[in-house]
Amino acid sequence: MLTAKLDRVPNPVAEMKLAFDEMRDANGLVRESYRSFAQWMESTPAEVIARKREEADITFHRVGITFAVYGEDEGKERLIPFDIVPRIISAKEWKRVEDGLRQRVKALNAFIHDIYHGQEIIKAGRIPLQQILGNSQFRKEMVGVDVPGNIYAHIAGVDLVRADTSAASGEYFVLEDNLRTPSGVSYMLEDRKMMMRLFPELFARQAIAPVEHYPDKLLNNLRSVAPAGANDPNVVVLTPGQFNSAYFEHAFLAQQMGVELVEGNDLVVRDHTVYMRTTDGLRQVDVIYRRIDDDYLDPLAFRKDSALGVPGLFAAYCAGRVTLANAVGTGIADDKAMYIHVPEMIRFYCGEEPILPNVPTWELSKPDDYRYVLDHLAEVVVKEVHGSGGYGMLVGPTSSKEELRVFREKIIAEPARYIAQPTLALSTCPTFVETGVAPRHIDLRPYVLSGKDVTMVPGGLTRVALKEGSLVVNSSQGGGTKDTWVLEH
Amino acid sequence: MLSSTADHLYWMARSIERAENAARMLDVTYNMSLLQRTGVDPFNEWRAMLSISGLHVDFETRYPEPSAENVLYFMALDAQNPGSIYQSIFKARENARAVRRTITSEMWETLNQTWLEMRRIQEETIPEDGMSRFFEWVKERSHLSRGITHGTLLRDDAFRFLRLGSFIERADNTARILDVKYHILLPSPSEVGGAADYYQWSALLRSVSSFESYRKVYRDQITPQRVAELLILRGDMPRSLMACMSEVDRLIVELNGPRSAELLRRSGMLHSELRYGTIKDIFDFGLHEYLSSFLERIYELGDLVNTTYFWSVDE
Repeated sequence: MLTAKLDRVPNPVAEMKLAFDEMRDANGLVRESYRSFAQWMESTPAEVIARKREEADITFHRVGITFAVYGEDEGKERLIPFDIVPRIISAKEWKRVEDGLRQRVKALNAFIHDIYHGQEIIKAGRIPLQQILGNSQFRKEMVGVDVPGNIYAHIAGVDLVRADTSAASGEYFVLEDNLRTPSGVSYMLEDRKMMMRLFPELFARQAIAPVEHYPDKLLNNLRSVAPAGANDPNVVVLTPGQFNSAYFEHAFLAQQMGVELVEGNDLVVRDHTVYMRTTDGLRQVDVIYRRIDDDYLDPLAFRKDSALGVPGLFAAYCAGRVTLANAVGTGIADDKAMYIHVPEMIRFYCGEEPILPNVPTWELSKPDDYRYVLDHLAEVVVKEVHGSGGYGMLVGPTSSKEELRVFREKIIAEPARYIAQPTLALSTCPTFVETGVAPRHIDLRPYVLSGKDVTMVPGGLTRVALKEGSLVVNSSQGGGTKDTWVLEH
Repeated sequence: MLSSTADHLYWMARSIERAENAARMLDVTYNMSLLQRTGVDPFNEWRAMLSISGLHVDFETRYPEPSAENVLYFMALDAQNPGSIYQSIFKARENARAVRRTITSEMWETLNQTWLEMRRIQEETIPEDGMSRFFEWVKERSHLSRGITHGTLLRDDAFRFLRLGSFIERADNTARILDVKYHILLPSPSEVGGAADYYQWSALLRSVSSFESYRKVYRDQITPQRVAELLILRGDMPRSLMACMSEVDRLIVELNGPRSAELLRRSGMLHSELRYGTIKDIFDFGLHEYLSSFLERIYELGDLVNTTYFWSVDE
């Protein structure tokens, strides 16, 4: 049935050349949202722009906005390339995206709560029980555990891509729901700061929605889910430590929120209460914004060899003495196998039709889908069900024969480990490259905060694949970032 | 402040101070060893240096003899020696890295730069006659990092923990440097008052940048009692035990905290004894014995800092 639906998606390879251009329409005319920016670019001398780009590079280096890449020498921190052409979204477009995100994240939170409580969605026959119980992301320890406000995914980084379909031009699709420890928001903030510093005149020309208050919103959100009885909740950010690739962001967010950045051995549990060790003695901790995976949180509950975690933390959590954000067990909903069911979750929990569609997806555990994908391997994108960060995926159209052959064998060996999607022609945005300004594929990661309310700052992080024709935007795979502007009217 | 943050700051400062003092101690030893005396073990000074640093066991397992070349390498550049200058600079940088958000960026950049240069120097290895220049470099980097800390860092508890580390380490090191003389003289007490004796005391003074101060304060010839008085009891000598302990005591009072009663008592006592002590009493007791007991007590004080602020056992 799913295959039949996919037939309506036009030939993806042909479409690559005609990707939706964020700046210009099919006739080459500058879109309304980009008009002011395009005028500015035409009237600003090339040398001025070149100088500003250089300034951006130097500043990023000095501030040290870097990330460590797995597998590279310790201390070799890389800079994420920053492009000065913003990604601009009109107010009307954003309104729809925002409504869609809010609806989706509400449904996801309802789903996680349901899975660890009544499992109504399974009883209703909408999702097969086996897909839950057989899933490595399902935490049986969480069954029956209540969390404040029934919120699990306090911070969601939903990846959106934009592509033309036969039905609509520039449709937004949800590619992934990142519900565990989505990263990248520090780049969103630093990119904006950089743009305002380099081109203040651009911000004077039109009303661009601010994003700088994200850390305040995040702090409010975290405080709103503190355990009952915490008057002035003490929030901390828990990091695996300075060798983690996202350490910069952990330190940055803690500093911006004005809270402590802690590692596992800074925390101690006594009588089901979590404390941090300070020079003035123990101080109670109410909310932990943890950037450590479930497995490493508590050696008594999960991986025994974890040196990063806090012994007794999970018991304190189950006793309702501390809030973990995101909750333990959210991975069940951002798994690529579960992704397929999100539209159904929205119908089930919200009683609404999804505003933002999924990218059509083949499940290789299903015989029909399996056959179709193996027959069309050079046209599709294959991903690991549990993979993330752009590692271990295959982009059919840009892969060599040898790469295709190797991947085919991997699929045949373990079909259930993979899903596949059509190679969407991700929208492009003009980007500075060595030869001048050229279109490059982009995506968008808005950060959705759930606590007392569901909120977000307009826009998010736009990632750009800097290699010509590349569809992989991950920073670990050579991607860069852009400032994202949502116009206020 | 988080205990671990305070811990990193404290050890960052201690490591820098330790590197500087190792350079000072090696410098004085090297100078003393140049004065060859007949009938004395040629490795006398180097043996003394190892034993007061408490590193002789580790040294003996890996080196054939305590020659100048071996000890200099071991103490300055040996990456396997936890007390080498190389290791101290490494530790200072690693601790700084862990608290990059607490210290100023200038402080971090200076330490990082020092470490990068140290790595380069270690790879090139230094000729024996280049050692003095290397020691100068170590001292300069330490001065620089202290100056930047002073000139840029907010005067809060972070600043106090840094200072606490510096002065506890310095008190320990000044006491050890003074004790070098005891270890070196031991084999031939008959030389007391001779030319070699004079040369050794003045080298010792120079190693703690106190030669000129001595002249200014005493306007007289160099005698052991006065050198000891200058480096133990004079509050206006920035490297003296008295100067270090009055800083330590003041910092501990300022830091305070719910568990600091015992620490306050101990540092207050040590400070008072220096403040009201006389050099005659110290010499009657025995200088070496006095310094050994001081080293023990400064060690206990460090231990108490650790359990009071960083890793309390009873929490």
